[in-house]
Amino acid sequence: MANLSMTVNGKAVTANVDPRTLLVQFLRENLRLTGTHVGCDTSQCGACVVHLDGKAVKACTTLALSCEGASVTTIEGLANGGALHPMQEAFREHHGLQCGFCTPGMIMSAVDIVNRRGNDLDEKTIREDLDGNICRCTGYHNIVKAVAAGAEAMAGQGLASKEPPRQAAE
Amino acid sequence: MSATGIGAPVRRKEDHRFITGQGRYTDDINRPGQAHAYFLRSPHAHATLKKIDTMAAAAMPGVLGIFTGDDLAADKVGGLICGWMIHNKDGSPMRAGPHPALAQGKVRYVGDHVAVVVAETLAQARDAAEAIVVDYGVLPAVVDTATAAKAKTQVHAEAPDNTVFNWHLGDRAATDAAFKAAKHVTKLDIVNNRLVPNPMEPRAAVGDYDQGEGAFTLYTTSQNPHVARLVLSAFIGIAPENKLRVIAPDVGGGFGSKIFIYAEETVCVWVAKKVGRPVKWTSDRTEAFLSDAHGRDHVTHAELAMDADGKMLAMRVHTTANLGAYLSTFSSSVPTYLYAPLLSGQYDIPAIYCEVDAVYTNTAPVDAYRGAGRPEATFVVERLVEVAARQLGKDPAKFRTQNFIKKFPHQTPVIMMYDTGNYGASLKKAMEIIDYKGFPKRRRDSARSGKLRGIGFSAYIEACGIAPSAAVGSLGAGVGLWESAEVRVNPIGTIEVLTGSHSHGQGHETTFAQLVSDRLGVPLENVSIVHGDTDKVQMGMGTYGSRSGAVGMSAIFKAIDKVIAKGKKVAAYVLEADEADIDFKDGNFSVKGTDRTLDFGSCALQAYVAHKFNGQDLEPGLKEGAFYDPTNFTFPAGVHICELEIDPDTGVTRIERWAAVDDFGNVINPMIVEGQVHGGIAQGVGQALLEGARYNADGQLVTASFMDYCMPRADDLPSFEVGMTVTPCPSNPLGIKGCGEAGAIASPPAVINAITDALGHEDIAMPATPQAVWRAAQKTLSRMAAE
Amino acid sequence: MYAFTYHRPATARQAASLLAKKEDAKLLAGGHTLLPTMKQRLASPGALVDLSSCADLKGIARKGRNLVIGAMTTHAEVAASPEVQEAIPALAYLASHIGDPHVRHRGTIGGSVANNDPAADYPAALLALGATVVTNKRKLPAEEFFSGLYETALEEDEIIVKVSFPVASKAGYAKFRNPASRYALVGVFVAKRGSEIAVAIIGAGEGGVFRWPEAEAALKGRFAAKSLDGLKHTAKGINGDIHADAEYRAHLIGVMAKQAVAQATGKA
Repeated sequence: MANLSMTVNGKAVTANVDPRTLLVQFLRENLRLTGTHVGCDTSQCGACVVHLDGKAVKACTTLALSCEGASVTTIEGLANGGALHPMQEAFREHHGLQCGFCTPGMIMSAVDIVNRRGNDLDEKTIREDLDGNICRCTGYHNIVKAVAAGAEAMAGQGLASKEPPRQAAE
Repeated sequence: MSATGIGAPVRRKEDHRFITGQGRYTDDINRPGQAHAYFLRSPHAHATLKKIDTMAAAAMPGVLGIFTGDDLAADKVGGLICGWMIHNKDGSPMRAGPHPALAQGKVRYVGDHVAVVVAETLAQARDAAEAIVVDYGVLPAVVDTATAAKAKTQVHAEAPDNTVFNWHLGDRAATDAAFKAAKHVTKLDIVNNRLVPNPMEPRAAVGDYDQGEGAFTLYTTSQNPHVARLVLSAFIGIAPENKLRVIAPDVGGGFGSKIFIYAEETVCVWVAKKVGRPVKWTSDRTEAFLSDAHGRDHVTHAELAMDADGKMLAMRVHTTANLGAYLSTFSSSVPTYLYAPLLSGQYDIPAIYCEVDAVYTNTAPVDAYRGAGRPEATFVVERLVEVAARQLGKDPAKFRTQNFIKKFPHQTPVIMMYDTGNYGASLKKAMEIIDYKGFPKRRRDSARSGKLRGIGFSAYIEACGIAPSAAVGSLGAGVGLWESAEVRVNPIGTIEVLTGSHSHGQGHETTFAQLVSDRLGVPLENVSIVHGDTDKVQMGMGTYGSRSGAVGMSAIFKAIDKVIAKGKKVAAYVLEADEADIDFKDGNFSVKGTDRTLDFGSCALQAYVAHKFNGQDLEPGLKEGAFYDPTNFTFPAGVHICELEIDPDTGVTRIERWAAVDDFGNVINPMIVEGQVHGGIAQGVGQALLEGARYNADGQLVTASFMDYCMPRADDLPSFEVGMTVTPCPSNPLGIKGCGEAGAIASPPAVINAITDALGHEDIAMPATPQAVWRAAQKTLSRMAAE
Repeated sequence: MYAFTYHRPATARQAASLLAKKEDAKLLAGGHTLLPTMKQRLASPGALVDLSSCADLKGIARKGRNLVIGAMTTHAEVAASPEVQEAIPALAYLASHIGDPHVRHRGTIGGSVANNDPAADYPAALLALGATVVTNKRKLPAEEFFSGLYETALEEDEIIVKVSFPVASKAGYAKFRNPASRYALVGVFVAKRGSEIAVAIIGAGEGGVFRWPEAEAALKGRFAAKSLDGLKHTAKGINGDIHADAEYRAHLIGVMAKQAVAQATGKA
């Protein structure tokens, strides 16, 4: 067992964990933050995506101990108090979810796309950048629409700059 | 139409919890004192179990118990069942082997359940499972669908030639005669590839036993918790129904795979009592690949006979269907009554004859997967029709139109009585959306950049809204397929609707509430939907076969009628009028010809305070239940057109455009309906281009993770252009036909028809992977070079 | 996973000492190969030495004619780096197409190179660009470093510190992704440095990354995609699996090589 402390959704948490504990297990089992899901064993489905120090990562492929001192944001911490995050709102408005299981990972990935590429996203970019998230229900049609609309709404609320903050190659 | 009533694209009520991470799925549930189950699974496709030595494992840290098939037998726990009896051509019943929840004597597929270890933690359970020593007597594996009946090895002693049944439907003599008289016959050999459903939420179960009450609770990922309780009680014998509660909380997709009663949930609830602790099991993805029921897996030879003008005369089909190593819950119905009755498609075909041989193999059980039999039938019909049009030199749209059924009702030669439809309207609209006229130019443009462009039609029909109980009973179903509803009006006029349908992504909490809001004139937010719990909802048949709208909502409709009728009685007392003079409209009861009214909420309150009733004249309360049994199947139909481009250099196929025009009858929430279409198309495109479960000759599943089984991703798909036509369904009060499976049924032949159109030959099978398409395109290029 | 002890040293030197001291120790970089393997219980290290806090293993710098990338630099950092985009844009492009965005946030160049997965992208870049792998002990040219499927010249207690890439005048990378896993079914990296031309293939070789001398010779005359017209790689020595047989992979090598050259010459 080893001691662990990090910040999750703005709150400091400490625990004593088995080194085998994955970040997703720590979130789901220790903190009972069950919004982050596990949909595969091979780091591909993206149901477990959270933000680790502001960047989207797969919590099923990250050891909890590797996050010592880090700041983690999960789907439960995305909304600002009572108000939904614009990306959450966009997923509802555009019917970007059906069963809801992939949704937390999708929304966290979508916010990350905006963080990386800015708010003006075309369909091709969105589809390519959703490479690490699998949805079996929606056929992605409405997810793509939701991400574009959410990105725009984020800019409107000062949550994304017009210029991409982190320029990507291509 | 009100903003929240029938026909409005109301945003979903259930979404708030999903987008904030507050959904409650089975794996999110943890019971106090919960232990964990790990299943030791067979690494062999086929082997005798000579000895299972659990001594060392049982002594490992944290282990609470290890159980095998012998323990099941000792406790007289029954086997898993197949609920649909199919009869052979000679009238004899199908031949089925036993299906114990933990293997007894033999394992029959990789992933079969050898033992379960229950321990304090999952890691401990897994550690102990690794310490179990199993002496396997490895046997040769039967894997191939087409040759299973000829294999020397027998999967079940009860089923000689590995044959579960030889079944048929239709008039063989009439069909053969029509073929003899035909001027043209089109023949095709078709493989409908095996698929893994892969809902994103893996299956999970938590079994709990309350010693004080002597009662079990099972939390499970189920599309139909009541059917699970019925089977676990009546057949498997876990506990009587009144001592077994089954709860299916939020369910993260199912697509059929969560209809069935599996070994894992059966074992979890059984061992919970044995170890005296709640027991949880959550599938990992590889376990899901190995042990969720797979879909499709047909090998078919099909023929279509036509006269000199291209009028269809007859169809003849022979299919071998792989049912896997055991008969899953509804497996036998899928390649029979959910398949052959759809072979008439949208066409007027006077004679049809279909034979189906179902075989056992040493592979995972095969059962219903989105569409269940109907995608397989549609693929046969729409590939045959497309190829026939090509062979006759006819435009595929015109050939279809020539043969469409145009008069309704229409009795097909394969059971179904189509009630209504307008196939030409859907075709016309789809052709407009895709700009069919502009296609030749787009094809030339593609050719200029070295690409092959193709367009493919699929005019599908499905029979859903399953199903009239008497009809399915006469065909072998072990259950009736009605649905139940209860509408509970609270004293201040808010409403709970209890339904036997159970959403696993379809948005019932919204559409069902829209119906109630519309009919009773109450605000949408005043209506809550209660489902997925056998202690709350008395009985139900669940969600599959696109039945929750047509059957589930019809039951609610019926219950609402009763509520209104009772409300009129209440209003009559309150307004001191004759019951016959009470009208109900827009949420108000009124006395005809007067201005005396009683709003719905006040009526509810009056029903509960009961101050105005005279003793036994009128019962207090406002709560009504209904069972709705459909009188016919419903027949959604439509046309999908796929346009795509192939890069012959790499074999990559890009879907450029997709037009889908569906006739679902009346629609409650078009936003949700379109979402169902999108998702269905994606699964069908997955089948056509990407997905295929493959076993090697030893029966090892070589596509057992997302690394090897290709799931459709966002960049594999285009945006879809969706349109609708409407012919209301005459057999249910709402005129609904159902929409859940249409996309998956329609899309595979549209893709393959487009690919073969681009290629100029028919030599390609599903999935049309880049490698397969590249190879097929080389044939095209060398032909073009020769011309 | 099986049990292990966990260590997170602050420097490469501490990491090396832990690696030497602990029995069955393994280095953890981004973890995107190791952790899934451990989850499946196919690897069972007794100790994990997590390099994520070793600041001396991170960073990107242009040093004269070389681009130097610290072993623990993530794919996302390489992809977004102005230095990389300026010096070897093809390398930034390659990094931006590894896995998916989440994988790129965790996966590192050092981890990828040390693992030498036959379907990973980086080995092709290292081999084609003539990169040098700098460890805590020595400097290894790429062609000596990669020694077979998942095999490298790394010794038990050796740690990759950085990778040094000579800046090429022209370079390009094209990948045909495995539709399911999104790893490289075939990846081709081409580089031109002075008169030296290298074409390195990943994803297709039975022995991992390798060079294609015939293509290099053809490009010597004129460094243009057209120079590869009609050139086919043999299917001999090319691996086949359920996704692509040797013949198809061999064909794709030719197609991807042309695309890589087109990208290198600004004609993509």
